[in-house]
Amino acid sequence: MNLSITRQQHLDLYYYMKLNRMLEEQMTRLFRQNKIVGGLYSSLGQEATSVGTAYALGPKDWMAPMIRNIGALLVRGFKPRDIFTQHMARYTAPTLGKDGTSHFGDLNNRHVVSPISMLGDLIPVMAGVAMAGRYLGQKVVAMTWIGDGGTSTGAFHEGMNLAAAQKAPFVCVVENNQWAYSTPVGRQVPLRDLADRAKAYGITSYVVDGNDVLAVYKTSKGAVERCRSGEGPILIEAKTMRMKGHAQHDPAEYVPPEMVEYWKARDPVHRYEKYLTESKLWDAKLKVEIDARIERELLEEQSFAENSPFPPPELAEQGVFCEGCHSVEAQWERPIEEVTPPRASVRPEWSVKSFGEMEITENIVPSLTGKVSGDGRRSPAQAAAKKAKSGRVSARGKVRR
Amino acid sequence: MAQVTFLEAVRQALFEEMERDPTVILLGEDVGVYGGAFKVSAGLLERFGWERVIDTPISETAIIGAAVGMSYAGLRPIAEMQFIDFIACCFNQLTNFVAKSHYRWGAPVPIVVRGPSGGGVHGGPFHSANPEMHFVHTPGLKVVYPSTAFDAKGLLKAAIRDNNPVLFFEHKFLYRRIKEEIPSEDYTVPIGKAAIRREGRDLTIISYAAMAHTSLEAAEKLAKDGIEAEVLDLRTLFPLDRETILASVRKTNKLLVVHEDTRTGGIAGEIAAIVCEEAFEELDGPILRVTSLDTPVPYAPPLEERFLPNVGKVVAAAQELARY
Repeated sequence: MNLSITRQQHLDLYYYMKLNRMLEEQMTRLFRQNKIVGGLYSSLGQEATSVGTAYALGPKDWMAPMIRNIGALLVRGFKPRDIFTQHMARYTAPTLGKDGTSHFGDLNNRHVVSPISMLGDLIPVMAGVAMAGRYLGQKVVAMTWIGDGGTSTGAFHEGMNLAAAQKAPFVCVVENNQWAYSTPVGRQVPLRDLADRAKAYGITSYVVDGNDVLAVYKTSKGAVERCRSGEGPILIEAKTMRMKGHAQHDPAEYVPPEMVEYWKARDPVHRYEKYLTESKLWDAKLKVEIDARIERELLEEQSFAENSPFPPPELAEQGVFCEGCHSVEAQWERPIEEVTPPRASVRPEWSVKSFGEMEITENIVPSLTGKVSGDGRRSPAQAAAKKAKSGRVSARGKVRR
Repeated sequence: MAQVTFLEAVRQALFEEMERDPTVILLGEDVGVYGGAFKVSAGLLERFGWERVIDTPISETAIIGAAVGMSYAGLRPIAEMQFIDFIACCFNQLTNFVAKSHYRWGAPVPIVVRGPSGGGVHGGPFHSANPEMHFVHTPGLKVVYPSTAFDAKGLLKAAIRDNNPVLFFEHKFLYRRIKEEIPSEDYTVPIGKAAIRREGRDLTIISYAAMAHTSLEAAEKLAKDGIEAEVLDLRTLFPLDRETILASVRKTNKLLVVHEDTRTGGIAGEIAAIVCEEAFEELDGPILRVTSLDTPVPYAPPLEERFLPNVGKVVAAAQELARY
């Protein structure tokens, strides 16, 4: 796919990343002033992934952010005040104070589904959004994010598998930030690339440098358009790093300092600033202007939030059920007759395509010569033999064990 | 008016709603080609095609998740649990994602989750469950459990047209055992309204689903001894029809609650609390319960018989209550 990016798009990407970063810095200050009601989760270091992926979506596409995707919400048109008020539990927040953090959405205008704290649950939900969009003839794509840790949930597997079986136009971004709370990715998943999980679903996957916003955007744009054309779901693994603890309370002492240094040198915002300068897409003056604009905007938005009231207590009792406050309407973009009898164009003919034919390459399990230790690891003799035989297993997994 | 079984009434509701509204779709395990484990969806695939009758992988969490996503995009999906016992596999989706959606961020979830439930058919510990109270206890879900073919059709239609998530339990013991005449024209039965199945003056028996029939049978036996029991069929467990419950208790002054669900934490406890709070002065005796045992549902016929309520147990409890 030949993808040209205009100067304005380059500057947009910078604006959203920088807004994402400065907004979170501002919220950290508010947290220290006890103005944030609950927890605060940082996406420092992951801005390129949030922004680059969300920027690839079209206006009618759907997305469901996770906790570290404030950048994606900003790209989708939410304002910093939405983030501030959510965290400060104000009545003016998108959820009116009923939920916090990035747990909000907008079904009708922005096509954003609110996340919940249980990881993986959004995967089948967004697969369903994608299936419905296709059924209604909308040609939309649904995207969601999940961390390295969340890919181990049953919901992730069930959702990816259903999406793949249904060839749903669904892009799943695995945001590998190396840490699930305090557990490093290597202790959660015995894979070098989480993108390899896609093989189990028979779908395409890509690995991208999650700290390179242009690479993220180009990969995502390609994936979104391939999905739209009907290829089925695509999984993108963006490799990045969570530069703070799980949340504000967590000093992350379990992270080796050298690892932080390694990723600091690859900071997505600084890298992109350098790129824009070297590519002469901006100059120092324009950068100062953009940053000043963001700063002004954030001060205004913060002031709006701080001047907003808490919700009235009686709100606690309201809104458990929809009592006519919302209407449920489908936006048909195909003739309804196509799916309505007796003219339904989808006929129930079916055939069994495979009788279970097989190609057997190894039909005998080699017997163990060495001793397997109690924790399932190979003995040194086995490990040496394996190393001599196959070398490293390739990232695409072509070398059979 | 034609005689139809409970199962056929459910099938008609699905068929007619899908015919009426192209946003209604059905998804679940083996609902398409096979027509469902109990043949509830037989013929739907042939009529409505692959896009609207979706055979899914064995993934209850994905079934509910996908139904939620579809409802966000404007559809009204019906998700089938092959046996309602498997609803435990998607408990998180239902209690955290579905139930809290409208309250948290104003996103309605117009889905129906339905499936065969209940014991008495020697299904054993994993094919006999009555898990309704898990969901009655979860704010944000409506829970419907009909006892007649007429109600099954009318309540399922109401559930499909409701903007909220509705859990619809179909007692499999009733599927082919009861038959009744139902109107051929379109009708719904309102969610949240109980029905008085038999008028009586001496005591009230509150029940639902298969046990509504057991209670009616018991009431006929009691009548031979001169005890006139009023039988109230809840039909909906959430929202509970407090008015009808209280009106009946105020009339008979005695209350027996019968349910097939296990004893501790069953709806009988909640009903007893409501009656004590609202009509304590009206009571002439203790509120009694006839329920299943606090055990898993056992497999062997003598064990399951011991586990379940039956006409004899209901009659005995009613006679005890009548003595007050």
